[in-house]
Amino acid sequence: MLEYVTDRWDRLSLQAFLHVSAVVQCTVLAAVLGVAIGVAVYRSPVGSALATALASTILTIPSFALLALLIPVFGLGADTTVVALVLYALLPIVRNTIVGLAGVDPAVSDAARGIGMSRVGVLTRVELRLAWPAILAGMRVATQMLMGIAVIAAYAKGPGLGSEVFSGLANAGSANAMNQALTGTIGVVVLALLLDGVYVLVNRLTVSRGVRG
Amino acid sequence: MAEEGIEIRLDHVTKRFPGQKAPAVDDFSMVVPAGEIVVFVGPSGCGKTTTMRMINRLIEPTSGTITIGGEDALRIDPDELRRRVGYAIQQAGLFPHFTVAQSIGIVPGLLGWDKKRIADRVEEMMDLVGLDPAEFAGRYPRQLSGGQQQRVGVARALAADPPVLLMDEPFGAVDPITRGHLQDELLRLQSELHKTIVFVTHDFDEAVKLGDKIAVLGDRSTILQYDTPDAILTNPADDTVAGFVGAGASLKALTLTRVRDVELGQAVTARADADPSTVDLRGEKFLLVLDRRDRPVRWVHQNELRRASSLASVGSPVQDSVSLQSTLRDALEAMLTEGGRAVVTGSRGEYVGTVDLATVTEFVQQLRATA
Repeated sequence: MLEYVTDRWDRLSLQAFLHVSAVVQCTVLAAVLGVAIGVAVYRSPVGSALATALASTILTIPSFALLALLIPVFGLGADTTVVALVLYALLPIVRNTIVGLAGVDPAVSDAARGIGMSRVGVLTRVELRLAWPAILAGMRVATQMLMGIAVIAAYAKGPGLGSEVFSGLANAGSANAMNQALTGTIGVVVLALLLDGVYVLVNRLTVSRGVRG
Repeated sequence: MAEEGIEIRLDHVTKRFPGQKAPAVDDFSMVVPAGEIVVFVGPSGCGKTTTMRMINRLIEPTSGTITIGGEDALRIDPDELRRRVGYAIQQAGLFPHFTVAQSIGIVPGLLGWDKKRIADRVEEMMDLVGLDPAEFAGRYPRQLSGGQQQRVGVARALAADPPVLLMDEPFGAVDPITRGHLQDELLRLQSELHKTIVFVTHDFDEAVKLGDKIAVLGDRSTILQYDTPDAILTNPADDTVAGFVGAGASLKALTLTRVRDVELGQAVTARADADPSTVDLRGEKFLLVLDRRDRPVRWVHQNELRRASSLASVGSPVQDSVSLQSTLRDALEAMLTEGGRAVVTGSRGEYVGTVDLATVTEFVQQLRATA
């Protein structure tokens, strides 16, 4: 298998890069959307419940089925992959944003208003900063989930290591089929662990020492 | 350099929350004099906090006018207004992710001060509230005790030198001893700064200690009595106020009066090196023995005096004495300890006179009569 990997290193490393790149970009996009949704609804219990329920519903759709639903709309390729990955990443991020913002001590927000911070200031300098560890945890879960789901996205001709796994499975029994499928799978696991390490680092760098556990 | 307090005037201010029949604050009118501490005191839910929060428009009044230093507060941009009105609340409301220095620097930052000026001001404020900048500037709230957090809260409120300070039970969440210290410190700060302070509490003793004036509030924030602590203690406007003042109003009045304000009695005294046979008790039962620097040492009963050969060792030691700055309540405490008269000493510990129970009772009766 080692031979297999070294012989095809160029192709595999490109696929690995594309895989990570797709996952990271989709997580960031989902984070922007998810935080925006969280901010929009966190003050209203009904809105919060609705947003969470909606995001949960998306998550219950099997990834194959979701891709099958999206392909007629966005066609084969990167678009469908991005849409699917972003949708799946939304739930943990939206839910953690809402939980994080709701967990901010009302006395702290009140004091922030009371000393003359604007509404936007209170949100960006105080509330979101305090909710950030929770949001980051949501992104971390989302990333791990997307690493796996991105494999399935190869079914829609998306980028990444999924194509290795799929062609390995399709050619089961032939010479390199086993190597191919294993390389794809193990590659995804290794990349997921690496990304998780990156999250630990980001957490260290961006969470204030005053709120770090 | 500090900006002194300005007058706050509330005129027929009413607040109705949507969905509630009765207004939370009903036709509230009051003048808070410049440079004084006015304490709103009343049972929980009476609307005292709501009333205070309308001054910096955290709650918008339904009707009525509020002026601060003659300026219509309802016409100023609320964020601008709040940057000019200090605000300190229970448990300090500090931002967990801000260091002490960052917290104190927030309002000056919002006002656009330059970095150097903010840094200087932060250091000055930390000195003012008794936190060593070298030790505490970089700490986060969770690394501070409750009392230290409250100090940071006060420093944050005062950082931009606002003429007006609103304090909502700022010392409610700390232990009684720390609370006492914080109250003393607030009084010390106020004697330097002369801000206009509106202070909300449900603790009447705190109100008596801090207030230049006290507003006792009832339901819907109606003013039951608005007067000096003396006047409220000695002459409560009605039964509700009397009930709130509580039992022991006379005792509380004693905390407002200093020993120097009453007429002191005089004991018969003698130096320790005097000859006992030369002492004339002038009909008194006890002799007070003083040391060489006139500090009170021992009480000697007439029977002991008759048998004594020297004044150096007879009698029982003076257990407790009070100074001219002590309150009458402290004096009463000393009397109970001593079993009769309390010795009053001057600034160097020298004997200046005595207070006895008769003086205290007479003083309380006088208060009642004049009130």
